[in-house]
Amino acid sequence: MVTIESIFGTRIGGVIRGWTDKITEINQKYAKPRIKMSRGVKIALLFLRVYLVLLVILLGYKFWTLLR
Amino acid sequence: MDFGSTFFYKYRRFVKALKIYLLLAGPGLIVMLADNDAGGITTYTVTGAKYGYGLIWFLLLLLPVAYVVQEMTVRLGAVTKRGHAEAIFDAFGSFWGWFSFLDLALVNWLTLITEFIGMTAALAIFHVPPVITIIIVSIVMMLMVLQGRYWTWEKIAILFAALNLIYIPAAFLVHPSVSEVISVGLIPHFPGGFNGTLFFFLMANIGTTIAPWMIFFQQSAVVDKGMKEKDIPWGQMDTLIGSAFTVIVAIFLVVVAGTVLYGSEVESAAQAAAIMMGTNPWLGTFIAIGLFDAGFLGAICISLASSWAFGEVFGWAHSLNLKIREAPWFYACYLFALVSAGTVVLIPNAPLVLITLFVQVIAVTLLPAALVFLILLLNNEEIMGKYRNTTLQNMAGATIVIAIIVLSTLYGITTLFPELLV
Repeated sequence: MVTIESIFGTRIGGVIRGWTDKITEINQKYAKPRIKMSRGVKIALLFLRVYLVLLVILLGYKFWTLLR
Repeated sequence: MDFGSTFFYKYRRFVKALKIYLLLAGPGLIVMLADNDAGGITTYTVTGAKYGYGLIWFLLLLLPVAYVVQEMTVRLGAVTKRGHAEAIFDAFGSFWGWFSFLDLALVNWLTLITEFIGMTAALAIFHVPPVITIIIVSIVMMLMVLQGRYWTWEKIAILFAALNLIYIPAAFLVHPSVSEVISVGLIPHFPGGFNGTLFFFLMANIGTTIAPWMIFFQQSAVVDKGMKEKDIPWGQMDTLIGSAFTVIVAIFLVVVAGTVLYGSEVESAAQAAAIMMGTNPWLGTFIAIGLFDAGFLGAICISLASSWAFGEVFGWAHSLNLKIREAPWFYACYLFALVSAGTVVLIPNAPLVLITLFVQVIAVTLLPAALVFLILLLNNEEIMGKYRNTTLQNMAGATIVIAIIVLSTLYGITTLFPELLV
């Protein structure tokens, strides 16, 4: 079985493993949002997602025009 | 009671209130004066050189904007005892938590580079090589945090914040026409008519008033200082005084630039200081010292905001009240931010102008999220209890947040596509 340690060696692999375990632990700790998902909160979060997607598209477009 | 007794009673009450304020003052004053960081100083200088006193009225409008946003962080920090990064993870889950945290880490690091650019440019006027500036600044900033007490750090930071007021005596050196400052500056108008360039300047001034790191910094500072619910009124007063100072400093700098450089093409505060050095060495020195101090103040706040956020998210000990052996990762983050950002500035032909522009664009991706989360958190009764936003606070907060989001987004887009301004 391929593990992080087998790819990066015991020392570096151990450090990476520690980090991934920590990130997993954080994700589990905060898996459930504490705030009640009311209609207002849902709309606000949806707005943020749409806003960020549009910004990423704009940044991507700028990057593409620079490369061109 | 006779007049003497009444006066003495009121005097004693005032002194007592002042002592409590001085004890609790700090986060608001520091964050607000650090708001006038190297980028902010450049924005105000260029604004003054371009429009003279014509936009002073607009700067006054930024006082309530800065206060309303930052005041919310005081309440949130004092009630939840959590920094903003941890509060977002807890309330909105890991997706928004990671997004805010990683975006903050990137924006802060890039902004830190711009602070180092400002500091090295300021001291270059006194012929100090950039490498010496960066080494000394990094050492001083490390010594400030390594003494192991938040209180001591805060008082040293306030001293540096006070140096930000150097633009006030600088304005007296240029002998501006007070009547002209009042008649041109305080009456709302759009100098030269409303056009794309003026709109860009208005957006830039708003952009420099509220930055994502300020929200994270002040909330974490309130927590690290150990402020409680009962301290909220003092924290609010601290923030209000800080907001007033930040606007006053900005106005005095615009007056200096508007008096000396009006009509000239100036691109940065360092360039302005170099020009002034040739005509009035005292004035040039004041502007250069102010620019250095602005960069320094910005750097200490931004690097701390990142370190606190890392500590909150990863669960490491993260307090200035802890010794280095008690919070090694917290101080390691702080040191890494300083050294890496300083090193970038020293790289020959590094794209520093591109980095400066990039900061503005990336900040636009984080600011709306941070502000929206702030409003949502402040409206949650379970989290805030009786300290949640009132209807009036929500109306003011929502109006300001929507205005900031729209204008900062337009600012980011016009930075990305400057041809839209033509």
